[in-house]
Amino acid sequence: MLQMTQVSKVFRTEVVETHALRALDLEVTEGEFVAVTGPSGSGKTTFLNIAGLLEEATSGEYKLDGVDITKLGDRDRSRLRNEKIGFVFQSFNLIPDLDLFDNIDVPLRYRGFSRAERKKRIEEALERVGLASRLRHYPAELSGGQQQRVAIARAIAGGPKLLLADEPTGNLDSQMAREIMRLLEELNAQGTVLVIVTHDPEIAARAQRNVHIVDGVATDLERGPSLVKKAHA
Amino acid sequence: MIGYYLALAGRSLRRNVVLTILMIVAIAFGVGASMTTLTVLHVLSADPIPQKSDRLYYVQLDPKKLRGVDESPEPNRQMTLLDAQNLLKAKKADRQALMTGGNAGIDAQRPDLPPFPLDDVRQTTADFFSMFDVPFIAGTGWTAADDDNAARVCVLGKALAEKVYGSTNVIGKTLRVEKDDLRVIGVIDDWRPVPHFYDLNTDTYGKGDQLFLPFSTSLQINVGHSGSTNCWDEHTDAFAVGAPCEWVQFWVELDSKDKAAAYKDYLIAYSQEQKRAGTYERDPNVRLPDVMQWLAYNEVVPDDARLQTWIALGFLLVCLVNTVGLLLTKFLRRSADIGVRRALGASKRAIFLQLLVEAGVVGLVGGVLGLGLAWLGLWAVRHQPATYADLAHLDMPMLLSTFALAILATVLAGLLPAWRGCQVAPAAQLRSH
Repeated sequence: MLQMTQVSKVFRTEVVETHALRALDLEVTEGEFVAVTGPSGSGKTTFLNIAGLLEEATSGEYKLDGVDITKLGDRDRSRLRNEKIGFVFQSFNLIPDLDLFDNIDVPLRYRGFSRAERKKRIEEALERVGLASRLRHYPAELSGGQQQRVAIARAIAGGPKLLLADEPTGNLDSQMAREIMRLLEELNAQGTVLVIVTHDPEIAARAQRNVHIVDGVATDLERGPSLVKKAHA
Repeated sequence: MIGYYLALAGRSLRRNVVLTILMIVAIAFGVGASMTTLTVLHVLSADPIPQKSDRLYYVQLDPKKLRGVDESPEPNRQMTLLDAQNLLKAKKADRQALMTGGNAGIDAQRPDLPPFPLDDVRQTTADFFSMFDVPFIAGTGWTAADDDNAARVCVLGKALAEKVYGSTNVIGKTLRVEKDDLRVIGVIDDWRPVPHFYDLNTDTYGKGDQLFLPFSTSLQINVGHSGSTNCWDEHTDAFAVGAPCEWVQFWVELDSKDKAAAYKDYLIAYSQEQKRAGTYERDPNVRLPDVMQWLAYNEVVPDDARLQTWIALGFLLVCLVNTVGLLLTKFLRRSADIGVRRALGASKRAIFLQLLVEAGVVGLVGGVLGLGLAWLGLWAVRHQPATYADLAHLDMPMLLSTFALAILATVLAGLLPAWRGCQVAPAAQLRSH
């Protein structure tokens, strides 16, 4: 699903050169749940941005679902991002002046779905996260946990193969965090590849694999199937 | 997607009403001022006879002395009566007309309408009406034979016919001009070429002529001359045949460029002949401008109208620069929103279009408001003492131009902010959001 070979990212200013990622090799296959851990500033978010096509690598090769990203222009990258990837952010990143329906509608609009298809997908996604009755509510009218569920609904409405989550429970209390993780694991169990960047050892422990990044160098800590995965099995 | 972008634009513009109003007002004032002055310029510089302005030519000769009162190398702006009569007799063009403006006393011979002076008199020759497509509502013009015989006939303008007779059904009636009776043979509809191209010596943007009579007749019944008269040698009567004075205009209609070239050759040959005969001192110096060239040569559009237009366009530019600043502020404030949209699959192009549509909506609303301001501006122009004031009206092309200008200007103003907006790095925005 996701194949990075010798991927590096260097941020350059006039006076300093920062190596955020150094020759990263990583392959994530269909159905996996991978946790990316590491201290602050280690390069985790840079990895996630490159994986999500939000930033370009300085060097190396990246294939997403078999497509070589390095050869694509902005339009094709955007289309691929829209079709293949769902994002869940720590701060939810919902658009405050759009109601839930319109927030989830955003990626579907860029996909070019018909009005009826969009409506069906939005209702299904909200049903999935248990907020079907809040269709016309605004983000500010929801709790943090509910907002994150909306963000997940928005991420999955287009049916992506890959879900990238950046500290998805970082702004939530422990009960809500457990709810969100349960939801994400359900999605993973149904076939969506899940890559979570996290500081939380509890979340890392639930993943099938841990990739640990320190100073831009990634170590793939091969783990067995997660406890959750075993439970699902 | 345009419908979606329009909906987003509406939502975005409602989000910050004060900023939106500021932008719309800036565009509206810029467009309103520009369209007011552009409309005046459009009216003043319009082609007065577009269907044949490239086939009508004004004839210029140079019979001035080599040394004397007027040593200008330019040929004369008008013609001597002798030259005009010679060219008329030669009939070298498809059509030709000799003319001058005049004034006369009109006696309606009605107890309730005392004799009155009329300034809008055209003394001309038979081809005038067909050359300039004068619209008749009754009767016709006169013939070349009427010119030769100084026939006592005339053609009236609709306004004069209604004033004197209370009707335009007046063919065959008699009109007393000065002390002579002329038979009415035609009545023309309201006809006011703008500018008054066939005679720029009288009021360039004035009302149309109301009484037309054969030039030969006007000489016999002593109709007054109006317009300029320039003489370059001693004379006893400036208006006599052979006097060294220019005071008549001569137009020709030539149906092709080849004929125009041939006619110019004829004018050169005519000038050479006059020089050989001792009438001219100068070498042939002729011009044959068509209608628009003649108007340009005479710089008929007032300087203040051009100046006002430049000032208004400068004002529009200032308004646009302000709009660029406001749009830039508005779009960059939405970096977080743009970052989220980019992450969710919007390409740079999609964001660029979305922001440009928003700028276009501002332009459209600004255009509607600007149209109102232009209408108000033209109303103010119509109340100025300028002779062209009453012509300042918005026509359909200018109305459409107002919207086009508003939208084009705002979209142009939106290009830079939209481009900056679509360059927002999504990763940075999502991190900081």
